[in-house]
Amino acid sequence: MNRVSRRRFLKIAGVGAGAAAAGSSFTALPGLRAAAGPSEKGIRRVPTFCDICFWKCNAIATVRDGVLWKVEGHPDDPLSQGRLCPRGTGGVGAYFDSDRLRAPLLRASVRGEERWTEVTWDEALGHVAEKMQKIKAEYGPEAVALFSHGVGGTFLKHTLKAYGSPNISAPSFAQCRGPRDVGFELTFGDPVGSPEPTDIRNARCLVLVGSHIGENMHNTQVQEFADAVGSGASIIVVDPRFSVAASKAKHFLPIKPGTDIALLLAWMNVIVDEELYDKEYVESYGFGFDAFKAEVAPFTPEWAYPETGIEPALIRETAREMARHRPATLIHPGRHGTWYGNDTQRIRAIALLNALMGSWGRKGGIYRPGHPSVPAYPYPPYPKSEKGTVDNPDHRYPFASEALTTGVREATITGEPYPVKGWLVYATNLIKTLPGQDETIKAIQNLDLLVVVDVIGSEIAGWADVVLPESTYLERYDDLNVQTFRDPFVALRQPVVESPHDQKPNWWIARELGLKLGLERYYPWKDIEEYLSHRLEAAGMSLATLKEKGLVRAPKPPLYYEDGVVPEFFTPSGKIEFYSVQLKDAGFDPVPRHTPPEPGPPGSFRLLYGRAPVHSFSRTQTNPVLSQAMDENEIWVNTDVATRFGLKGGDRVRLKNQDGVVSDPIKVRPTQAIRPDCVYMVHGFGHSSKMLKKAYRKGASDSQLITRYATDPLMGGTGMNINFVTLEQEA
Amino acid sequence: MARLGMVIDTVRCVGCMDCVVACKTENQTPEGMNRDWITYATRGRYPDLSLTIQSERCNHCDNPPCVHCCPTGASHVHDWGGMVQITREECIGCKACLASCPYDARYIHPDGYADKCTFCLHRVEKGEDPACVAVCPTHCMHFGDLDDPHSEVRKLLDSRRHHTVMPEAGTRPQIFFLE
Amino acid sequence: MSELISTAQSPWVDPHLHVWGWEIPVYLFLGGWTAGIMVLCGWALWKGQRDERPHATFSLASSGLFILAFAAISLGMLALFLDLEHKLFVWRLYVTFEPASPMSWGAWILILVYPVLLMGILLDPPLTLTNRVPQLVPLLKKLADNLTLRRITGLLAIGTGVALGIYTGILLSALGARPLWSSAILGPLFLFSGLSAAAAFAHWASPDQPEREYLAKIDNQFLASELAIVLLFLIGLTTSTEAHLQAAQLFLGGAYTAVFWVGVVGLGIVLPLIIQSLAVTHRVPHTPLAPVLVILGGLALRFVIVSAGQISHWSRL
Repeated sequence: MNRVSRRRFLKIAGVGAGAAAAGSSFTALPGLRAAAGPSEKGIRRVPTFCDICFWKCNAIATVRDGVLWKVEGHPDDPLSQGRLCPRGTGGVGAYFDSDRLRAPLLRASVRGEERWTEVTWDEALGHVAEKMQKIKAEYGPEAVALFSHGVGGTFLKHTLKAYGSPNISAPSFAQCRGPRDVGFELTFGDPVGSPEPTDIRNARCLVLVGSHIGENMHNTQVQEFADAVGSGASIIVVDPRFSVAASKAKHFLPIKPGTDIALLLAWMNVIVDEELYDKEYVESYGFGFDAFKAEVAPFTPEWAYPETGIEPALIRETAREMARHRPATLIHPGRHGTWYGNDTQRIRAIALLNALMGSWGRKGGIYRPGHPSVPAYPYPPYPKSEKGTVDNPDHRYPFASEALTTGVREATITGEPYPVKGWLVYATNLIKTLPGQDETIKAIQNLDLLVVVDVIGSEIAGWADVVLPESTYLERYDDLNVQTFRDPFVALRQPVVESPHDQKPNWWIARELGLKLGLERYYPWKDIEEYLSHRLEAAGMSLATLKEKGLVRAPKPPLYYEDGVVPEFFTPSGKIEFYSVQLKDAGFDPVPRHTPPEPGPPGSFRLLYGRAPVHSFSRTQTNPVLSQAMDENEIWVNTDVATRFGLKGGDRVRLKNQDGVVSDPIKVRPTQAIRPDCVYMVHGFGHSSKMLKKAYRKGASDSQLITRYATDPLMGGTGMNINFVTLEQEA
Repeated sequence: MARLGMVIDTVRCVGCMDCVVACKTENQTPEGMNRDWITYATRGRYPDLSLTIQSERCNHCDNPPCVHCCPTGASHVHDWGGMVQITREECIGCKACLASCPYDARYIHPDGYADKCTFCLHRVEKGEDPACVAVCPTHCMHFGDLDDPHSEVRKLLDSRRHHTVMPEAGTRPQIFFLE
Repeated sequence: MSELISTAQSPWVDPHLHVWGWEIPVYLFLGGWTAGIMVLCGWALWKGQRDERPHATFSLASSGLFILAFAAISLGMLALFLDLEHKLFVWRLYVTFEPASPMSWGAWILILVYPVLLMGILLDPPLTLTNRVPQLVPLLKKLADNLTLRRITGLLAIGTGVALGIYTGILLSALGARPLWSSAILGPLFLFSGLSAAAAFAHWASPDQPEREYLAKIDNQFLASELAIVLLFLIGLTTSTEAHLQAAQLFLGGAYTAVFWVGVVGLGIVLPLIIQSLAVTHRVPHTPLAPVLVILGGLALRFVIVSAGQISHWSRL
């Protein structure tokens, strides 16, 4: 594993001029003069790319008479097609947010009390550097770990690597898409990646297993989903909740939570038994099909019925429906897949179903994206760590292809395999992201240094020793977005307006910290424009072009096997592994198997969570535009259950989980759109940090109630849908 | 004569509220007041359900009660395209128009005048789509001349089943929802 | 089963329309009461009645009631003005006439009301006026003695009074989005309510026993008519669409049932009707109780109709 995908790298040198001629033109002033001034008159439009989620849509920000007005999709952007999602459209709110961090803060009392002293950048960074040097002297540089999310973490990662620590992790792996990428890599030899190369636009049959596209607002996915729906594609949705996507479906399968593998096995059983699969594809590219066939043979729809609650006839009908449209049948890999701890195997079953449909590498399935080539900045080599990474000792999770946040946390608590004494946290709210808040807080108690860099406060910032206020994406440069996609491109984030207070861009923070740590030789560039120019020129582009255009598109690569993409599978067998010998050798099921989920305590409801289209994680609840669209979450309760409890819409309840943790009051939404054995809420609300005044105690926090998690033995992902709650009525 | 209106495809719409957010930023509407909104109507019993999602706003009615009841002519039918508009400087803030609108599409701006969706007149005059239409990531919204047989909106209406909101209120809405 | 969720946001319509508070019902009541006074006093003028006492009184043929009406309608207009959200632009009412808008009609009717009231006052000028400006006395006497002028003023008072009274109801009827209001019968209802309140007040205030008897009798007729109109109003609603039926339900089991039947109908119409019927047949003495109940009932009617109407709505599911 951990093998770099050898996908086609596309040179885009020289394309800039062509794209420049084709594209429309925007007027960005040079350098930071692009920022607004009170004397500025008229309309100014600046291309950049969005940072409200990780999709990185290209955008154009408009400044009117010196005041930031709006952010819209960049018309030349392959991701947004000129249309941002509601979060991107509400991105201006990030700039105006009254809960923004304004100046560097030093902790003024015990950790977690959120009492601060405002200090200068020099004092704050001096303090951080001093502590880091002390940790290095005592425990070695590996004892400082970085948690980072998003493109903005690039330079902090660089500083930490130069400092000598390899411990850099992101919750996007073990708390999100990890099982999916590992499940697909085990099967096809390539992870799915982001943005997902799902050819939804051309799919004739789209199967969503728990994926709630339309409520999760990954822009391109939603746009293509609407295209698929609009063009009459057959949609099959598997979900305990009647999601928006389910409402567009030809078939809604109201599954019992945690039994997806049983359904997937039954589907594969029907498809194999009735010989509905793509024989030529399976014969050409498949490995271990006969063994696989024998494995799925017992798992008939009749077997799956009591497990899943889905009628055998419906399982057969939907299996045949998928086969009718193959290879343009896309069983979506999903994204946030850490549900039950068996997630890699579940998503591997999804991968196998795609393999049976012959949809990997095919039109209407999962295309093979192109990757533009922009060389990395030629830094000196980083110091080699003798101790290695801390998060996954002895390869306890043998298929973990990225660092495990929860592994770093555990090492911080136990001191094994070696102590971790410093955390740098960039733009990720670990308290709400990692399951088991008690463990996170316990780990924090063992730290000598906790630094949080972010644009707004957060629960983790509340626990920090030093909080460093970052400029929003509308006020800063970042590293280039070298985007793998159907239409690959290189894009620039650049400042539109000046930061309103004493906020600084992450590149400046990382560089200043690096200098204070004596890492001058790792910062040969003086400012970010020099860095960006260097990288762009090495790729045959210029910063001036990108500042004007925002992005430069690479030539459109072939996407499908039928268009000449060479099928390559970076698995041990070099083929699509229907039967996985490496899994068997490691002691796991070579073909996924179903284990019934543990039931909850009697009278309790399984807690499910998901996304709202107007919020990103727990990072946007104070955004003055987006909070107007949704300022608290609700708990979805089946109407019959609500009636039994005497609850009406708008009544407030507290949720109490199996471990006695009680949430803040949350509004009840009685609805037929959810199974009676589950409840559902949108993630990200119920903030307990006083730094987030506008969002403080609004709605309830799912994270707080996720005290238990099931760790995926393959890759260390944390399955979080195994918590149960009861409804405690407000007196 | 042009008759400007919207045709919104409920089949494509996912109710993401992008139209609501875009209107808010484009028109800088006051905090807590929206010119457009989403309705989600769930029918049936689990698991046999349907969900109809609609992006709604002032219907720019052909028989606009808000215009009829306005004592000063501030609420009026625009010369072009039958759009219902408000002249702020003529509005006395009597709120009869708020009471007359079956869709509750109006609010009183903190500055005192009645306010609502303008179909983004400032954009439409430049030949652009209203902000909500232009932003929609599902391309479910269409704006144009309902009287023009070649317009996209007319063609969609002629080829698909559609409905308006509360036609029984007698207002003859000019926003149509495709089914 | 059906569930409807809307993300609409407006402090004016959450959770239901509430654009009008106390100001509009007070204005509608004072307008209706003024209308009633104008009709009653106008009738007296038309009939050629004259109050020969040297000072103004609250008899129908004197100017006391006109003076009070002048004050009442001015207070009502103050309430209306206080309700406006864009007050500095109020003059916009008087640079246009919008024939489809009852409110525009109302604005102009109010303009007509003032000169008629003023005329009514001048036909029996109060001593304060004649004492202060004695030069006017010969002219005023000439006017007061002109029977034609008295009759024309009476006619005008009746005409503008009826228009004003009906307008206060039609104002709401025109707002068809609120099914409770979308009935033209609100015009006569408010007119008769205004007449009954005016007659009740005059009955209570009149210095002459025969006039009081007469006023009590016609007040009973007004109250009986009002009761009949209330019933017709409800019949109209309950025999219409589902939205209107639901609006009627507000009074037939819904949130406003008690206040409507006990307050408006019971205490405001039926009870004073009974008391005054007994009084005019001399089985009980005349007391201020019945007039006070009628007046409060008239005020309550406006509050209940304005408030309940804002809750009633076309339904979507």
